[in-house]
Amino acid sequence: MGQEINPQTNGFHHHLNGDRPDLLVLRPGLLFKVFEQEFLAKFNVLKAFESPLPLDKYLRDHAQSARAILCEAIVTRITADLLLQLPALQLVVADGTGVNHIDLAECHRRGISVTNTGDVFSEDTADYGVGLLIDVLRRISRADAFVRRGSWPLTPEFPVGRKVGGKRVGIVGLGNIGTKLAKRVEAFGCKVSYNSRTKKQSAPYDFYPTVVDLASQSDILIICCSLTDKTRHIINAEVLNALGKNGILINIGRGPIVDEETLVKYLVDAKIAGAAMDVYENEPRVPSELFGLDNVVLSPHRGAFTEEAFFDAFKIVMGNLDAFFANKSLLTPLTTNE
Amino acid sequence: MIATIWRRAAPHLSRPSHPRAALAILTSHTLTFSTTTQTPSPAAKMDAIGVLMMCPMNTYLEQELDRRFKLFRYWTQPKQAEFLSQQAESIRAVVGNATAGASADLIDALPRLEIVSCFSVGLDKVDLARCGEKGVRVTNTPDVLTDDVADLAIGLMLAVLRRICVCDKYVRSGAWKLGDFKLTTKFSGKRIGIIGLGRIGLAIAQRAEAFDCPISYHSRSKKATNYTYYSSVVELASNSDILVIACALTPETTRIVNREVIDALGPKGVLINIGRGPHVDEAELVAALVEGRLGGAGLDVFEKEPEVPEQLFGLENVVLLPHVGSGTEETRKAMADLVLGNLEAHFSSKPLLTPVV
Repeated sequence: MGQEINPQTNGFHHHLNGDRPDLLVLRPGLLFKVFEQEFLAKFNVLKAFESPLPLDKYLRDHAQSARAILCEAIVTRITADLLLQLPALQLVVADGTGVNHIDLAECHRRGISVTNTGDVFSEDTADYGVGLLIDVLRRISRADAFVRRGSWPLTPEFPVGRKVGGKRVGIVGLGNIGTKLAKRVEAFGCKVSYNSRTKKQSAPYDFYPTVVDLASQSDILIICCSLTDKTRHIINAEVLNALGKNGILINIGRGPIVDEETLVKYLVDAKIAGAAMDVYENEPRVPSELFGLDNVVLSPHRGAFTEEAFFDAFKIVMGNLDAFFANKSLLTPLTTNE
Repeated sequence: MIATIWRRAAPHLSRPSHPRAALAILTSHTLTFSTTTQTPSPAAKMDAIGVLMMCPMNTYLEQELDRRFKLFRYWTQPKQAEFLSQQAESIRAVVGNATAGASADLIDALPRLEIVSCFSVGLDKVDLARCGEKGVRVTNTPDVLTDDVADLAIGLMLAVLRRICVCDKYVRSGAWKLGDFKLTTKFSGKRIGIIGLGRIGLAIAQRAEAFDCPISYHSRSKKATNYTYYSSVVELASNSDILVIACALTPETTRIVNREVIDALGPKGVLINIGRGPHVDEAELVAALVEGRLGGAGLDVFEKEPEVPEQLFGLENVVLLPHVGSGTEETRKAMADLVLGNLEAHFSSKPLLTPVV
C-alpha cells in the first residue's frame, strides 16, 4: 500500500514558483513535525504558521496558487470561508483518519478531493484499547506507581483486581478499530456485543440497537466510533446508569462522544466502577478530580502514536500527494458519505 | 437414603440388603468406629487438625482455615524454632505460597506433617523430594490462575511497548501540553518468544495470536504445536522481539535468562517475567536496562520480593508489579477454595483435587 518514496521520480507538475509544487500548511500537525524534512525536500511548503501576517492576508499574498493543503485536525477547520480564500485548491490531505474538521460537502461542491490516512491507525488504537482494558481491570498503572514509591515492602498485599476473562465487552462502533478490538478481546475469553449505526451482517457478535441497551448488557463499554453530530455526548447519564456501578467505560474514540462532566461525577461518586480514557472533551485539559482516583487510567491521546503507524500514515499522505501532482488516482479519496 | 447414611456412619461394615435391618443396626448404638477406617463427621474432627500457614496470603483463606481447622500463623511467632518444637505434634498440614513453603528443615521439624497445600501453582518453595521421601502429599493451584497470569503477561507487554504507565503518570502530573508527544512501538505483529509452553505459556500464545504476533518457544521438549521451536533460549531470544518467561522454577531453569540471553534479546528487545524472580540474573538485567543494552522489561516477580532494584524506578521502559499475576478477586477465591478443598479431601480420606506428590 502506498508508493515508494523516490526522490528521483519527476512526476511533479512544474509550478511557477520553482521545481517543487506548493503545499500549504496552516498549522503543523504531528505527522508534519515528524516528517518535516521529507516534506520540505519535495514541496515548497507554505508555512502559514511561521508568518507574522494575519491568516487571511497570508493566504491572499502567498496561497492563491496553492493546489494542495496538508492539514492537521486539532485546531484547523476546513470551512467554506477558508475555501473561499483558496481559489486554486484541489486537494485536502488530512494527516489522520478523522475528517470531522473538514466540510466534505463544500469540498465536493467545489470539486476539491479529500484524502485521509485510511486504516493505518486502527491496529495500534485497538491494541491500545486492550492495553487500557487490562490496565484498568488489573490495576497495572496503579501497581507500577505503588512499587516505584517504595510501598511494596510496607504493604505486602496490593489490592486485587478483576479478572478479564468472562467479562461482557460492549463495543460502540464496530468499524476498523472496533472490529480489531473485538477479535483481540475475544482471545481473553471476553464476550463481545456491539452497537453501530447499522448492523454488520458478517459480524458474529450480538447487536444492540441502542447504546443504552448495549450498556445494560455490558461489564465494559468501549467507545470506538467516530465523532459526528449523532455521536456527540452519546455517552450520557442514561448510558452510565445502564452500565452500572460495576461497569467500566473505555474511550479510545473522541472526547466529545462522552458527557465528560457527568462521567467525572459518576466516577467520583462510584456510580460506575472505573474508566480508561485516551481522549477528552477539551484536550489537553483533563478534569483534575480524576488525578486522585485509583480506578481510572489516563492517557494523553496517544492510542495511535507508534512509529510504525506514523510511517504508514506518512507513506499514504506522500502517496496521495505524489499521485495528485502526477495526475494519477488518489490512494485514499473520501466521498461525502464518509 | 439409607445407603448414604450407612456410607457415612458405618462404611467399614457390610450393609444388610433389607432396609429395616440396616436401619435397626444404624439406630442400635452398637456400631463401633474404628479410627483406621472411619472418620467421624468431618467438622468435628478437623477442628483439632493443626494447620500451619506460612505467611499472610489471603484473608478469606486465613479466615476459613481458622474456622475449619486449628490454625497456626507462622509469621506471628516471635521465636519460630521454639514454636515449631512446641507445636510439632499438632501440625499435620502446611499452607504455603510463592513466598514461603516447606523446606526440608521445616518438613523434618514436623513429624506429623501429612500434606503441604500450596496457594500457588509454583512449587519452588517446597522440597518435593523430601516430601516424597516422607510420604507427605503436596497440592497446588493449577488451571484456576492460568488466564489471569496470561492476561497480565499481555498487559505487561502492552504497558511496556506503548508506555501506558508512563502516560498515566504524565497526565496525572497535570503536565500535558498539546503538541507534546512521543512515538512508541507497535505491539501487533511483534515476534513473541515463550520460555516454557505449559498451561500459562500456551494461554499467552493464544492471546498473542489475536494480535497477529508470530509465536516461538523453548521448552524441555518439543510440543505438538505449529509454533516454532528453538532448542536454546539464546536462539529463541535472538529471534524474538519480546521474550516471556512462563516456565516453572527448578534448579535447571534458575537464571535461565542470563547475560548471554539478554544480549541476544538486545537493545530493542523486551523481557517479560511472570515466572519467578530467580529465573533471571537480576543484576545483569538491571545493568542491561540502565545501560540501554536491553530495550525494556515488564516484571511481576523479583529475586528478593518485596525488594525491587531502585535503579529501575527512574526508567520509562520498565513496568514493575508487586507479584500480582493471579491477583484478581475471582481467582484468589478459586485458589483458596482449592487449598481448602485439598485439605478437606485429604483429611476425609478422599482423593486430592490437585495433587502434585
